[in-house]
Formats: sequence, structure tokens, C-alpha cells
Amino acid sequence: MNEERKEYWRWAESRWTNPEISDWQGRTITAGVDIGSTSTQAVILVDGELFAYSNMRTGSDSPESANHAMAWALEGTGMTLDDLQYTIGTGYGRVNVPFADKCITEITCHARGANRIYGPSVRTILDMGGQDCKAIHCDERGRVTSFMMNDKCAAGTGRGMEAIANLLGVDIGEIGDRSFQVEEEPKPVSSMCVVFAKAEVAALMRSGWSKEMVLAAYCRAMAIRVCKLLTRNKMEPDFAITGGIAKNKGVVKRIEEIMGVTALEPQGYDTQIAGALGAAIIAIDMLKKKRARGG
Amino acid sequence: MLANYGYEDASGTYYITIDTDMCAECTDHACVGSCPAGLYDIILDDYDDEVAEIREEQRNSLRTLCSGCKAGGKTDWPCTAACAAGAIRHSW
Ligand code: SF4
Ligand code: SF4
Repeated sequence: MNEERKEYWRWAESRWTNPEISDWQGRTITAGVDIGSTSTQAVILVDGELFAYSNMRTGSDSPESANHAMAWALEGTGMTLDDLQYTIGTGYGRVNVPFADKCITEITCHARGANRIYGPSVRTILDMGGQDCKAIHCDERGRVTSFMMNDKCAAGTGRGMEAIANLLGVDIGEIGDRSFQVEEEPKPVSSMCVVFAKAEVAALMRSGWSKEMVLAAYCRAMAIRVCKLLTRNKMEPDFAITGGIAKNKGVVKRIEEIMGVTALEPQGYDTQIAGALGAAIIAIDMLKKKRARGG
Repeated sequence: MLANYGYEDASGTYYITIDTDMCAECTDHACVGSCPAGLYDIILDDYDDEVAEIREEQRNSLRTLCSGCKAGGKTDWPCTAACAAGAIRHSW
């Protein structure tokens, strides 16, 4: 019998076009594509202004994911791939963007993107991605001054959170709110390792913990873990979170509480596009350099 | 830029920090030849400077890979001794 299983970890894919830009012909058009382990974003800028973007799940084939994400971002705009004057690939799959002119690391791109999304005062950036977690410090131009990453295990990453959502049968988008539906904050889970999480979650549920308590404990453990990374790199009060977990209030609020700071607001931007946005902004500089060389 | 490569696990914190602003001025890249574990590599970074980095596939095994140099509590490791600019620091 074919049984359809609900996948609780699936977050909603999205795309957006700027309704205020219709006359893009003859203007500077740059793009960034960020292929992460779990999500891929394509961003298009017209004269440096956000024109369109897409945010989708990464498939098993990185070049195909890049093609799909860009095709979706371009959809309905009248623009085609040939109109992109300079494209930068970033993220874990950056070398696999077939139409990219250059590849740049996600650390550099996230800092530049965060500088746009949160404003030039942002100094400390936490990028919580699907597979790893990075603490980045940057200057007022969004240039990286230091970074530190943790990719040794999936704990403290989107992948770890997705595993917990699936184990508990809770939609990924509900984790934040439900993690606050506890009378008192339970102690953080001891093992953050997703390999052991199944056994630990089962043991906690057997001992009478509600799903909300497990979520609270897991969100707190994740927050403690990333705060150590932030402190070790360089923490400043003008602090922002990029990546998918920025949307999980259960983790964000606990990080704010532990660090004694309030994360900057993304000013209407989707936090998941930070890397691709930064790539598209850097592409403007690259295009200028290329033109200056007569290319 | 201070580039920190490594990890934290139950046994401790193992990071190698490289001040890549110093690498950009370096001519001999002596770190590369000095390391018996071959941890250092020279790359062109995102700002088009030639800088040292720790090879990606070795970043999560630093404790084991550096154990030979650090045996017996030694603190004069080949990499830090070779880098005249003092661009390399270890957290452990
Ligand atoms: S020797 Fe020192 S300054 Fe030169 S490349 Fe290596 S780490 Fe950088
Ligand atoms: S301590 Fe030894 S093995 Fe470790 S980085 Fe330095 S030279 Fe290489």
C-alpha cells in the first residue's frame, strides 16, 4: 500500500517581483544565486535595487537547482537569462551555477547582504544555514573582518531543526510559537546531536514532557550553542541573524535573551535571501571592474 | 580578516586563526611547507588577495592532526615558528 507521509519540516517556497520597477531595459542588471544545502535563492537587482527573487528547496542536482531558482525569479518579469549582465554564485554549491561569471564564498556574500538588509550599523552576523552555522563580524561597508564557523555536526543548524520537527510531527513554521507554550522553560536537551535526538526525544516524551517542552529545550540548546560561537568570534550589539532559522522566533528570542541584545529588524526583506542579495550587490562592483578593463 | 577554522566538541575547542591581512603582504608563504600534516593552503580570497587557509577536508580533525606537534605540551609548533608575521594562532 502506498502511504502518503506528511513532511513536517517543509517550509514554504516563495518568489517576489518588485511592482515598482517595470522599465528595466538599458539599466544595470546583476544577479546572485546562493545554493545552500537545503535551500537555493536567486536574486536579481536593477541598478542595485531589488527587482525579483525566488527561494526554493535545493534538489539533488546543484546546477539544476540554480537553473530552477533563476527561472522562477525571472518568471513573469519579461527578463531572460541573457539580460543578466553579471551573475555571482555563492553558497555550498557555488561552483555549480552554470550561468555564473564568478564564485564568491557565502561568508563574504552574507556580510554584504546583511549590510543592505539591516543597514550599515550591523557588525555581528549569525548565519544559521541548513548544514552549518557561521558567526561573522563586518565593517560599515559589509566587508568581513572575522568569521568562525561550525559545520562539524548538524546540531545548531536548519537540518537539525528539521529533524526535530519531523520527529515530533510539528510543522517547521510552528516551532517558534509552540516552543513558548510552556509554563516554565525546561532545561536544554543535553545531546544536540541529531543522531541521538530520536532516542532523547522519545525518552523525554515517555517521562511526561509535552511536545512544547521538547521544542523549548531544543531551541534553548541550539541558542546556547550558537551564542558560544558568537562570543568567541566577536559580538557587538548591532547584531543580525540571516538564513532560514532567523524565521524561528523560538531560537531567535532565546539567543537575544542569552546575549542580552535585540536582533536588528530585516526591514521587510526575507532573511533567507541575504547570501544571494550580497552576491548580486558584489556583482555590481565586478561588472564595473570588467567594464573598466574593457570586457 | 581573522579567519577561524576548526570546531568545538565535547573534549574542547580547536580553532586555528589566520590573520589574512598579514598573508596579503607575505611573500614566502612559509606556513605551507612547515606543516607536517599539510593543513595550510594558499588561495585567492574574495578580495583577490593571496592568503593562507586551512584545507576544508582537515578543518574538523585539527585536534588529531596537530597532536604530533603538540605532544608533551610543546608550544613551539612548526607553523607558528615559520610564519614570521605572526599571523597564526591556535586556541588550544
Ligand atoms: S606564512 Fe603567515 S603570513 Fe605568510 S601566508 Fe602563511 S600564515 Fe600568511
Ligand atoms: S601544530 Fe603542526 S600539524 Fe598543527 S597546524 Fe601547526 S604545523 Fe601543522
